[in-house]
Amino acid sequence: MRAMVYRGPYKIRVEEKDIPKIEHPNDAIIRVTTGAICGSDLHLYHGMMPDTRVGMTFGHEFVGVVHEVGSSVQNLVPGDRVMVPFNVYCGSCYFCSRGLFSNCHNVNPNATAVGGIYGYSHTCGGYDGGQAEFVRVPFADVGPAKIPDWMDEEDAVLLTDALPTGYFGAQLGDIVEGDTVVVFGAGPVGLFAAKSAWLMGAGRVIVIDHLEYRLEKARTFAHAETYNFVEYDDIVMLLKKATDYLGADVVIDAVGAEADGNFLQHVTAAKLKLQGGSPVALNWAIDAVRKGGTVSVVGAYGPIFSAVKFGDAVNKGLTLRMNQCPVKRQWPRLFEHIRSGYLKPSDIVTHRIPLEHIAEGYHMFSAKLDDCIKPLIVSTPA
Amino acid sequence: MAEIPTPYTAGKPGLKESAEELRARIPGWGVDLDPADRPSFPREQPGIETGAHWDFPERQKEEWPRERSIEHAFVTPVFGTSTPPKGASGAIRKYAYARFSEGRAAHWLLLIAADRVDAWEHHLSSLATLRPDNPVTETGVLSEFSRHGLSSRFGRKRADVNHQWIDPILVGGPWVLAGLGGVAAVRALRRAAGRK
Repeated sequence: MRAMVYRGPYKIRVEEKDIPKIEHPNDAIIRVTTGAICGSDLHLYHGMMPDTRVGMTFGHEFVGVVHEVGSSVQNLVPGDRVMVPFNVYCGSCYFCSRGLFSNCHNVNPNATAVGGIYGYSHTCGGYDGGQAEFVRVPFADVGPAKIPDWMDEEDAVLLTDALPTGYFGAQLGDIVEGDTVVVFGAGPVGLFAAKSAWLMGAGRVIVIDHLEYRLEKARTFAHAETYNFVEYDDIVMLLKKATDYLGADVVIDAVGAEADGNFLQHVTAAKLKLQGGSPVALNWAIDAVRKGGTVSVVGAYGPIFSAVKFGDAVNKGLTLRMNQCPVKRQWPRLFEHIRSGYLKPSDIVTHRIPLEHIAEGYHMFSAKLDDCIKPLIVSTPA
Repeated sequence: MAEIPTPYTAGKPGLKESAEELRARIPGWGVDLDPADRPSFPREQPGIETGAHWDFPERQKEEWPRERSIEHAFVTPVFGTSTPPKGASGAIRKYAYARFSEGRAAHWLLLIAADRVDAWEHHLSSLATLRPDNPVTETGVLSEFSRHGLSSRFGRKRADVNHQWIDPILVGGPWVLAGLGGVAAVRALRRAAGRK
């Protein structure tokens, strides 16, 4: 089969690999029909995530058709069209049995602090991902679900991570009616978080980024008020004035490890790998939220230390909430919202790239060329 | 005296738009208004239906001694089998896992160091194959031409332009240094041979 493989920081190529095998009785092998590149894949691509090995196939956002199932699989048969949450999880450990699917303890020998994620380094379990023609999906009776007949393939692929993560980010904010919600980052997750904040009754939604074309999308797609932080000497001060010196009730960090806005923070984290992530957006969130407010973090950070302004968070009495999204818990509600027309996730897709051209796709997405917001990987015909 | 800003008195700030106005402007406004009626509330739901039909999963066969965090009691029953550890990078990785818990910076810094060694091992070994690493195709840099590299960056008030110049140095710099080192080594050998 053809598969994307990592060759070292900023370098990937497509290679011929063996089709994955059933390695456990509850495995399924999925033939991928549509995949995506996630903003968090760029952290791997840039060499920021510890134990990212040359030869690994990335990709944790994918949908496809069941090709083969293991002997204990009860819910899927070959030919089923399925969507697969980015979480690899067992459904039975201490954490899964309480709904913390993204914190599974039975799928990642490499780390206890992280669950399993497809194609996301050995720190997340060492699973090859879905930027390939085929992918191994463990616990086929737990994670994947059949794609409803009425659902578009592109909406389905965005339900495997970006949309549920954005919606979950808004949930973590514990938004109540009338709240002022600030979202840092107008990428796919930030756009979905902003849109979801309205569903939860926000009275005002403000999105901050430095890419004008993404802020335009935040205005049209997510009905948000927007500011480009490059235009302001101090974005925190702007937000304080915009909220009558109170600060926002809720701030969502949808940026994560490669945040811009502070040269030193960005270079020490993203270029020199001396921090787990550049905490610019997180620090702005801590400073821009009101005392007693909530900061929700769904941006991805690496496992090593970052220079976070923790004292401010303590002194302001903040609630900090964060996690990788337990995707499948969000699905029933998000299916309803898509059916009702409140959400149309594929509206944010800007590029559809064949697997053979994935190296150009990564560069374009990483360098933010061609007004790229969300690139999908379209299948090679079977 | 000017009006006193919100936080100095007890009142909440007034809404810019009423609920009715927001509902009319934004499709679905308020459909998930009740915090107790959201999918991840409460955060922990003991006994939640997951589809698992086992108490503890059957164990996947271990094809090689699987490196694991020492914070785990054993190798988890299911694990990824991509790219087993090999060479010097593999030795560093195995040491990082066997010696340091996830709580130690050394664990992660060794793994990051192993990643750099791994890349060099593969770059060098690829030179002995029919498909050596090609920095032009593998970096996808040709999309600079097909995807409007200049107009996407300049005149657009982007914050990241101030550090993107570092990327070619990070990617190409080690190759240039290795090349210069190789040339210096050859010259030194020649000088040594000339003296004999």
